[in-house]
Amino acid sequence: MSDLKPQTRHIADRLESPLKLAVFSWPSLLLVVAIALFILNSFMSPYFLSAWSLSDATFNFTEKAIIAFAMALLIISGEIDLSVAAIIALSSTIMGLCLQLGFGTSELVFVGLFVGVLCGAFNGTLVVGLGLPSIVVTIGTMSFFRGISFIILGDQAFNGYPAEFAFFGQGYVWWVISFEFVLFLFVALVYFVLLHKTNFGRQIFVIGNNATAAQFSGVRVKRIKFILFCLVGLMSGIAAILLTSRLGSTRPSIAQGWELEVITMVVLGGISILGGSGTIQGVFIAAFIMGLISFGLGLLNVPGIVMSIFIGALLIIVIALPIIAGKIKSRLKA
Amino acid sequence: MRSIHRNHEFWLTLIIALMVVGTTLRSPGFISGQKMIEIFNDSSMLIILALGQMSVILTRSIDLSMASNLALSGMIVALINAAYPQIPVPVLMLIATSCGLLMGIFNGSLVWWLGIPSIVVTLGTLTIYRGIIFVLAGGKWVNADAFTESFIQYTRVEFLGIPALSWYAIIIVLAFFIFMTRTSAGRSIYAIGINPSAALYTGINIGKTQFMTFCISGALSGFCGYLWVSRYVIGSVEVAKGYELIVVAACVIGGISIAGGVGTVVGTVLGALFLGFISNALPVIGVSPFWQMAISGGAIILAVIINASSQKQGKRIILKDREAQS
Repeated sequence: MSDLKPQTRHIADRLESPLKLAVFSWPSLLLVVAIALFILNSFMSPYFLSAWSLSDATFNFTEKAIIAFAMALLIISGEIDLSVAAIIALSSTIMGLCLQLGFGTSELVFVGLFVGVLCGAFNGTLVVGLGLPSIVVTIGTMSFFRGISFIILGDQAFNGYPAEFAFFGQGYVWWVISFEFVLFLFVALVYFVLLHKTNFGRQIFVIGNNATAAQFSGVRVKRIKFILFCLVGLMSGIAAILLTSRLGSTRPSIAQGWELEVITMVVLGGISILGGSGTIQGVFIAAFIMGLISFGLGLLNVPGIVMSIFIGALLIIVIALPIIAGKIKSRLKA
Repeated sequence: MRSIHRNHEFWLTLIIALMVVGTTLRSPGFISGQKMIEIFNDSSMLIILALGQMSVILTRSIDLSMASNLALSGMIVALINAAYPQIPVPVLMLIATSCGLLMGIFNGSLVWWLGIPSIVVTLGTLTIYRGIIFVLAGGKWVNADAFTESFIQYTRVEFLGIPALSWYAIIIVLAFFIFMTRTSAGRSIYAIGINPSAALYTGINIGKTQFMTFCISGALSGFCGYLWVSRYVIGSVEVAKGYELIVVAACVIGGISIAGGVGTVVGTVLGALFLGFISNALPVIGVSPFWQMAISGGAIILAVIINASSQKQGKRIILKDREAQS
């Protein structure tokens, strides 16, 4: 039973230099993977290196990444939300319903965001207010929200969104730069500042590392967790607007399975699934990695389901490699 | 009397009984022996899968790859059956179970050896296993006419008026009941869930026990792979897609605590029967099947709320919640 040996703690004489820490950090490792994928892609397919293909490639991940940033904060705080894809479905369905009632574009956007926040608040109330485990609650709300979409729509679909509404998912701000991509960069910046530069962000880390200690030191644990659930809901609402606008129609099966892809993106980005650590930069690069993989393989005519093998394997390998390396290192030392 | 109030299985049985009575009032003739057998038969695979998931959840882990494992094992035996019809079905069952076991071993060793959280591991293998189906079958389906007669009959043959599929479930439930309540391995699963540190000091190898539960859930998923393909007579990439969460739902409704250590075999079976009953009763009372998803979602949320309020007792409150007052 080697686990029961008293542990000796080694304190280094000097702190590691900031440069060394930055070079060997998780985002740097991801960046290397992303660059390697980019180079590999440009060798594998002649169509890859053109401005328009690269612009098309961004649509693969922007909507998911927009949710992933908020999800990263939630996972750092020690909770999880599996209902994001269902929130997209419900939000899109309600927008479609309002469209039938003759709502205009700006009202539709408002409705989409509002339903998203409402769903997030519902999750937050159950988890924070009643003290329930978030993984089960959101498995429940996942069927519940999408179930409501199915009740409203059945096997029908809502079509006929107004022309202005199409801008969000299909419009370009300048040349090949799409509205979605600009929004993605903006959201990334907002979440970077929120998590790494504000008091609120530090409190999220504290909660994730030790919620009890956070409570004792005056952090409003419940309130912050509730806000995070609402933020995830809001981001899902935004994603719902983008996706609905891009597809131009709503079916209850919209965005099916996205929750797992969003979480894969977050975990790949170096956010600890156990909470308490991670960076927005990591998630940002992970979004590009997932986009590059699916777009590069798409150019090579690899079907989507086969791509998922690569994404699943990447998730496990990227997390397993540092652990294996650590094991080998400690064995060599011993 | 007090213990009955707190008994999750008792309440769940009562709710299911009330639902049966309610449905019968709406549509007389619902409560027939034949119908009950049918509902049980429909729920059989969910029961088997939920028991596997239960053993994993009890040790504070989760196996999200069960449905993909099921689909892959099912596809493997479907392809074998289509290519070599002379291979007897019991051998195919064994092959399906072994395939599932191998996938369980893969999940379990990543959790045990590398210490990666199970939710991450099985999230990865969930997509990997399902992707492999596509590669194996080249994107094709195995259709009904490709299967041999005995392949289809092995879940349908009736014994004492009950189809074979239900008998498999009954046998597995009994075996699981004995395993969880009468063997040291089963008890150590509970011990880990309730208090991992205490379990470690009593000499239980935590990683190894978790590994074992992943092997169990994998093998059961593999076995269900054969059952699924045989019952629905189709092998495709889409088989049981999204079913992993329904399995978790059955466990939660059955009173399994996601925090580990709490839950029984009887509760899990009832949880699975509850979901099976809903999907059977809705069409009978004239509710559109589109309501089913929202209803099971609502049932899960309610079950978690009830679980939490019955398990809350005995916790010491050290820090009073200031926020609640402000």
